Amino acid sequence: MKEKIMLVDLSKCTACRSCQVACKNWNGLPAVPTINSGTYQNPPDLNAKTYTLIRFQELEARDGAMKWLFRNDKCFHCTDAGCMKACPVPGCITRTESGAVVLDSTKCIGCKYCYHACPFSVPQFDAATEKMYKCHWCHDRQAEGRIPACAKACPTGTIQFGDKDAMLALANKRVKELGGDASVYGDKHLDGTHVVYVLTEKPEVYDNLPVHPKISPLIFLWKDVLKPFSMLTFLGGLGACALYYLIKGPKRPKFEEGGEKHE
Amino acid sequence: MTNHWIDFRNSDCILVMGSNPACNHPVSFKWIQKAIDKGGKLVCVDPRFTQTAAKSSLYAPLRSGSDIAFLGGMIKYILENNLYFEDYIRQYTNATYLVNPEFKLPGDNDGVFSGLAGTKTREGYVSGKYDRATWSFQMNDDGTAKKDLTLQDPNCAFQLLKKHFSRYTVEKVVEITGTPKDKLLAVYKSYAATGKPDKAGTILYAMGWTQHTVGVQNIRAMSIIQLLLGNMGVAGGGVNALRGEANVQGSTDHGLLFHILPGYLKTPTASMPTLADYNEKNTPKTKEPKSANWWGNTPKYSASLLRSFYGAEVPLDDAYSYLPKIDDGANYSWLTIFDKMYKGQFSGFFAWGQNPACSGANANKVRQALAKLKWMVNVNLFPNETGDFWKGPGMNPAEIDTEVFMLPCAASMEKEGSISNSGRWMQWRYKATNAPGVAMPDGEIISELFHKVRELYQKDGGPVTDPILKLTWDYGKAFDPHAVAKEINGYFLEDKEIDGKLYKKGSLVPAFKFLQADGSTSSGCWVYCGSYTADGNKSAKRGKDDPTGIGQYSNWAWAWPVNRRIIYNRASVDLSGKPYAPDKPVISWDGTAWKGDVPDGPWPPLASEADGKLPFIMKPDGVASIFGPGLADGPFPEHYEPLECPIEKNPMSPQFVNPTVKRWEKDGVPELDKRASCDPRYPIVCTTYRVSEHWQTGVMTRWTPWLLELQPEMFVEMSRELAELKGFKNGERVMVKSARGEVNAVAIVTPRFKPFTIAGQIVHEVGIPWHYGWRYPNPEKKELRSANLLTPSIGDPNTMIPESKAFMVDVIGKEVK
Repeated sequence: MKEKIMLVDLSKCTACRSCQVACKNWNGLPAVPTINSGTYQNPPDLNAKTYTLIRFQELEARDGAMKWLFRNDKCFHCTDAGCMKACPVPGCITRTESGAVVLDSTKCIGCKYCYHACPFSVPQFDAATEKMYKCHWCHDRQAEGRIPACAKACPTGTIQFGDKDAMLALANKRVKELGGDASVYGDKHLDGTHVVYVLTEKPEVYDNLPVHPKISPLIFLWKDVLKPFSMLTFLGGLGACALYYLIKGPKRPKFEEGGEKHE
Repeated sequence: MTNHWIDFRNSDCILVMGSNPACNHPVSFKWIQKAIDKGGKLVCVDPRFTQTAAKSSLYAPLRSGSDIAFLGGMIKYILENNLYFEDYIRQYTNATYLVNPEFKLPGDNDGVFSGLAGTKTREGYVSGKYDRATWSFQMNDDGTAKKDLTLQDPNCAFQLLKKHFSRYTVEKVVEITGTPKDKLLAVYKSYAATGKPDKAGTILYAMGWTQHTVGVQNIRAMSIIQLLLGNMGVAGGGVNALRGEANVQGSTDHGLLFHILPGYLKTPTASMPTLADYNEKNTPKTKEPKSANWWGNTPKYSASLLRSFYGAEVPLDDAYSYLPKIDDGANYSWLTIFDKMYKGQFSGFFAWGQNPACSGANANKVRQALAKLKWMVNVNLFPNETGDFWKGPGMNPAEIDTEVFMLPCAASMEKEGSISNSGRWMQWRYKATNAPGVAMPDGEIISELFHKVRELYQKDGGPVTDPILKLTWDYGKAFDPHAVAKEINGYFLEDKEIDGKLYKKGSLVPAFKFLQADGSTSSGCWVYCGSYTADGNKSAKRGKDDPTGIGQYSNWAWAWPVNRRIIYNRASVDLSGKPYAPDKPVISWDGTAWKGDVPDGPWPPLASEADGKLPFIMKPDGVASIFGPGLADGPFPEHYEPLECPIEKNPMSPQFVNPTVKRWEKDGVPELDKRASCDPRYPIVCTTYRVSEHWQTGVMTRWTPWLLELQPEMFVEMSRELAELKGFKNGERVMVKSARGEVNAVAIVTPRFKPFTIAGQIVHEVGIPWHYGWRYPNPEKKELRSANLLTPSIGDPNTMIPESKAFMVDVIGKEVK
């Protein structure tokens, strides 16, 4: 399967929430209890049973001009995936050919390293099962030649899914059409995310959207420096012992009369 | 709609007013987005910055209930800047017609038109009724209207229009609507640019325009604008109602309202004892030589309908005598029903697929009315506030004698049949799954009911024996929707030769032009004639080809009438049949025939002296109305304040409220039909609207967990300024109250609402959704959550639709228990 990109063109989103419902429908996820806390946004954040969420943001310019931004939030399926890097369980977080970063919750040990490693705070913990959950890019649908449920349900063409080059070309074309502060977001981050936005405002305007998303340097330090260094040190230590044994031989006990060695 | 959903993509300027399609018709936004992608403008006018406003290039706020002022100002702008399409209005409208010189405009007549009889109070006239004799045209001896083709005569409709709307200056409009002047002019400029012959502007409206005491006149104002700009009959134009329910179009087409029979024939009244009387009174006549006057065919449709009800053996006159007749001038609409129900005049009530306890204006009155019934049948998917009214808030079951029967019914995907969308497309739906438990499709319930009633009549007789026993009912013991669909289409009841071709008895009628007045044909709804013929069930067609390029898709489903997708399309071409917009033609004349959409009649273009016909074929004179004498409240729209309004006087005239509105406080139930206008206890304007996630009163959607998760509770949106004034925080629980009731709601404090300055004073507005009720979730709490507990029982004088979009409330910082 070719590498894919999901293009989310925020200029077209009307916050109808078809994506949220289609995702729950496909994945058999239940509704969670919610209250109205003074916004249309519900549930308030991603959670173990909500893999995608429309974020609402009201913006008032100084001249009184009003904007109401709608952003479809979910896993970005990064190429340099912090979650995959940080996960201590082999085979728990894997990548598919199309670019999906799939978290197999059944293998998860609930350490939450993935959450801390994710620049977007996507993976969610379920206290009941003690496991982590997130969008898996409908890799099961993709395996059957179908597009993810959110893309299928979206009525306005906000969420599109296709081959990487074609989607990026579309994204850049759209940004040119929109002009103003419009930009493509994601293709330059984390070696390229597979969920790419067309933003209508500058990235810094959006709530909860890092302008320069990066995996915490602690993770790099841990995985790319400390871990190899520790491995090196450990194996090196073992190796040094082995070398010493080969060169110097085993330590023999001294004789009690004087300890003279045989020639 | 005169046009259809997909056609929006052809528009150069989409005006959204009185609706919020991005939120409430989300799939339609696909087509609106396509228009935007092609360079079209989306202009949104709304009291609140909505999801549609968020996608618009231009947003202008206006106070709920001031639409006619806004639109009147636009009419003035179009006229004084010469942006109207002059050839179009001269040829296709009655702008040239000379009006009776005795006719008086409100500007010269205390804010009312000539001919009003009513009680004069300090607020102007109330309980008025117009004698419309002066709203007439000057006639020639040959029975045609006198016309001034130069449009200069001071009595011609065009000049009267100009004079009437000369009072709608920008300053006056701003004073009434609260719209900032620069935004007002920006909207006018954008929209009026579609007056060019090759440009099209469309209006998308919904309940935000209709649910007012001036609801019909709101639509009239826009119709006038569309005529002035030549936007009727063209691709990307039209007057487009976004209907609020999936099959409400079907329900009105098939005559579910009291004042119409299927196909928009009028319900017979007591003063029409015979079919001949009925046809005489209801068949318009004209002397205009080029008018097709299609309603002149009424006798064919009334006869065919009677044949459909009573078959070929019952004489037409007998069949007519079996139809119930309404008292002349009497009103049997929703508000009247519940008023009479409250007064104990109904024993029984079928609440069929509805939830009046939440959907009826002045819901407290409705709920108390239900308690007066002996029995009620509640046909619905889930228990609701109506069926369970007797255990609702404030009810004492021990004191209520109503016996309630719950008949669970099938959902739309659990039965086969059709729905008709806003674009008049009849679309067949298949059955995907069985209904659960004992739930049955409505058709089967009605069928069983009828068979039982007939059986009882056969055994015991009753008050209307013949009308019941002689009804034809050939739809199978278990209801067969195909049989009904064919009956609606209609049959030849005998061999009939028409234009040299023989149509056999028992064959399906191919189109309504073949329907006969002599009783040889039947048709359950003449506008659907042609939908199910020898060629099959046209509404089930799913052809995706579109050779026209304008999104016509003539092979997808079937549109009434005769699969015409854009009606009044003869107005989209000039006198010789050449399209005004060559890059998006609807029809065009190639010298011998029309190409494109089904033309509004096969006749050649108007330039053909002998056979040409005017485009507005459903109007007696063939032209559209600039001057419209047929409505109860005026031939031109005039701004009146809502029944409950925030200011003491109407800035436009001494007439405060629409003088012809029926005022319930007099003969209604005074303690329940209270009104509070310019009352310091209720200083805030309130409007109602919807959210994407819930449907109507939430009877189905509140029971759907994924939807309830998204929008779990009743809320009230208010401006930051109002919240600060009242000391409310975002998310705080508050109470909204009107003269009629109270509801609890969560405050959503938002910059998307801003205070208005109306007639020099600050006026705040809040908005509430109407999807909630006590029955679910948390029935044991018996919460007051329904918006209609607040709304007034007052309606438009033409349609009696309640004024749920503009009334007065207060918001206080404690919940009522």
